[in-house]
Amino acid sequence: MIELKNVSKWYGNFQVLDNCSTRIKKGEVVVVCGPSGSSKSTLIKTINGLEPFQKGEIIVDNVNVHDPKTNLSKLRSRVGMVFQHFELFPHLSVQENLTLAQIKVLKRNKTEAINYGLKYLERVGLTNQKDKFPGQLSGGQQQRVAIARALSMDPIVMLFDEPTSSLDPEMVGEVLDVIVKLANEGMTMVCVTHEMGFAKKVSNRVIFMDEGKIVEDCTKDNFFNNQTSLSARAKEFLSKILR
Amino acid sequence: MSLDFSFLTLKVINNIILTGLIFSFKLTLIAMVLGIILGTLLAMMRLSKFKLLSSFALGYVTIVRSIPLVMVILWVFLLIPLFIGRSLGTEYSAIITFTLFEAAFYAEIMRAGIQSVKRDQANAGYALGMNYFQCMRYIVLPQAFRNMLPVLLTQTIVLFQDTSLVYAIGAFDLLKGFSIISKNFNRPVEAYILATIVYFIICFSLSYLVKRIQNRVRIVR
Amino acid sequence: MFTLDWSFLSKKVVGNQTYFGWLMTAWETTLTISFFAFIIAFTLGFLMGVLRTTQNKYLVLIGNIWTEIFRNIPVLVQVFLWYFVIPKIFPIFSKLPAFALAVIALGLFTSSRISEQVRAGIQSIPTDQRYASLALGLTTYQSYRFVLLPVAFRLVLPPLTSEAMNIIKNSSVAFAVSIAELTMYAIQVQEETARGIEVYLVVTALYFISAFIVNLLSILIEKSIQIPHFIGGRK
Repeated sequence: MIELKNVSKWYGNFQVLDNCSTRIKKGEVVVVCGPSGSSKSTLIKTINGLEPFQKGEIIVDNVNVHDPKTNLSKLRSRVGMVFQHFELFPHLSVQENLTLAQIKVLKRNKTEAINYGLKYLERVGLTNQKDKFPGQLSGGQQQRVAIARALSMDPIVMLFDEPTSSLDPEMVGEVLDVIVKLANEGMTMVCVTHEMGFAKKVSNRVIFMDEGKIVEDCTKDNFFNNQTSLSARAKEFLSKILR
Repeated sequence: MSLDFSFLTLKVINNIILTGLIFSFKLTLIAMVLGIILGTLLAMMRLSKFKLLSSFALGYVTIVRSIPLVMVILWVFLLIPLFIGRSLGTEYSAIITFTLFEAAFYAEIMRAGIQSVKRDQANAGYALGMNYFQCMRYIVLPQAFRNMLPVLLTQTIVLFQDTSLVYAIGAFDLLKGFSIISKNFNRPVEAYILATIVYFIICFSLSYLVKRIQNRVRIVR
Repeated sequence: MFTLDWSFLSKKVVGNQTYFGWLMTAWETTLTISFFAFIIAFTLGFLMGVLRTTQNKYLVLIGNIWTEIFRNIPVLVQVFLWYFVIPKIFPIFSKLPAFALAVIALGLFTSSRISEQVRAGIQSIPTDQRYASLALGLTTYQSYRFVLLPVAFRLVLPPLTSEAMNIIKNSSVAFAVSIAELTMYAIQVQEETARGIEVYLVVTALYFISAFIVNLLSILIEKSIQIPHFIGGRK
């Protein structure tokens, strides 16, 4: 469903992505991990064309992301994304956050959009917060709304960019629970995260990145249980993070 | 229409434009130095725990900042003779006005600067046995000044632009120079095109300089 | 020391017009100049500020040049430029009254300052916020229209208020092209009546009241668009 072929990206002379290739099949849950500064976020943002790249190809559901003629808005409306800092729109209520893109992009009418939005708001357990503004919610609640907002667009794949890293520890669980449930329902997902417990529990595959390169791209079992086959960088990372 | 700049002889440049320019610069520099000193005092008063001092500073800053500069120029020009019994002339009047007026703006900048220095910096000074003035002089103000340097300089460019307003009392500054040329040679179009270009070049170069300084300050910190 | 004498206010200037009547007309002129100049400044300032935050380098350049030109020339010089120079070079402008030329000058000068505020406001919104709107499939235009601008507007409202007050203060430069606004009134009536202190006091008071009205209006606007626990820009 998603294919990256030799993707490279530079900021000026500084290379941030170095020849990255991988494929993600329908229904797969792929966790992207690696030390900070390894360009994990940049990689995931190239998938829906938020970050431009200079070399290589990305194909999402038979659409060429790298092609200048591609209607990126249309593609993005089918790729859900959840951000590190939630990025709810602070001037809109929870319900308006859920419906804005449904109405403006998918051209659903308002009632339909509200029905969709509230359906997913219920799934993240926040129906009673629909009239509040983002600033009135806790971080965990905001992130759950952000997930509901992405789901309301009926995405074919969900991209998560460190969805729990800016949360207080006691709120991480409530957000991960939602994501785990989604994974169990068969949603295709790519998730940048440091939560190795989560990776062990739901992922099919792990991509390990370092300095803009994909260093490991293997099954979950291989990554966590067969460490002798891994590169030195990945071993070092795992020993630090699993301790 | 055709432009004619033939009036622009060396004599005109020397006697009129340069004379005006030198006064504009003089006024800017004096008002900047005195204004920053006075402004820093006002900022310290504003942050003082003595209600009387802080209310005075707040009142001064608020009042001065809500009156148009032209009105302040007129006020000072009107009041000086009433207080000291004779006129000081337009140029001294302008210097006094700009010092008093800009002090209110520099005061707000310095207040933000002082507040940008962490409280524990001053506490560290007190812990070493310094008194309030020593703490301010050696610890807080140097940091505040450094943090606010780009803003203080930007305010000084505004100050330089504002010196053109001494037109209201007829002091001989750069703009007055061009208005004299405009009248003497009956060439208002050329005179004010020149005025625009000269002011733009000066202000643009100064703001470019401030941007450079701003980047340097950012790196050092 | 001084005794104030306000009797000049009821004296006749010409015909039935008193100095008080003239004062009120002058105040109205000050407010009218400021109002129209603010509309120009707000519209162009917002537009230029937004252009400077786009990804298109030509639009950014246009916004930058505009801003640098109009903020690096003193406002009084700009008034002279519009009064003496522009009508000679572009004859259409010679049909405009001095009042309109002063409004344009003041509006363009202030537009450069508002452009700075708007640019800074939009740029203080985190990149991911822009990305979040794009990731939902909104077009660039839609992301500005529905997300970035509403947030930016709330962020720049306080500096916009002070620009509105600045415009009233700066409208005083219109005296230099003989427009009968408050400062012109102060200069003229001071000479005619020799009651300088009283004249300046009353004019200064009217500037105060004008600033107060603007402040009040902005509080009303701020209230009407208030959002609980609004969290706008991150630095």
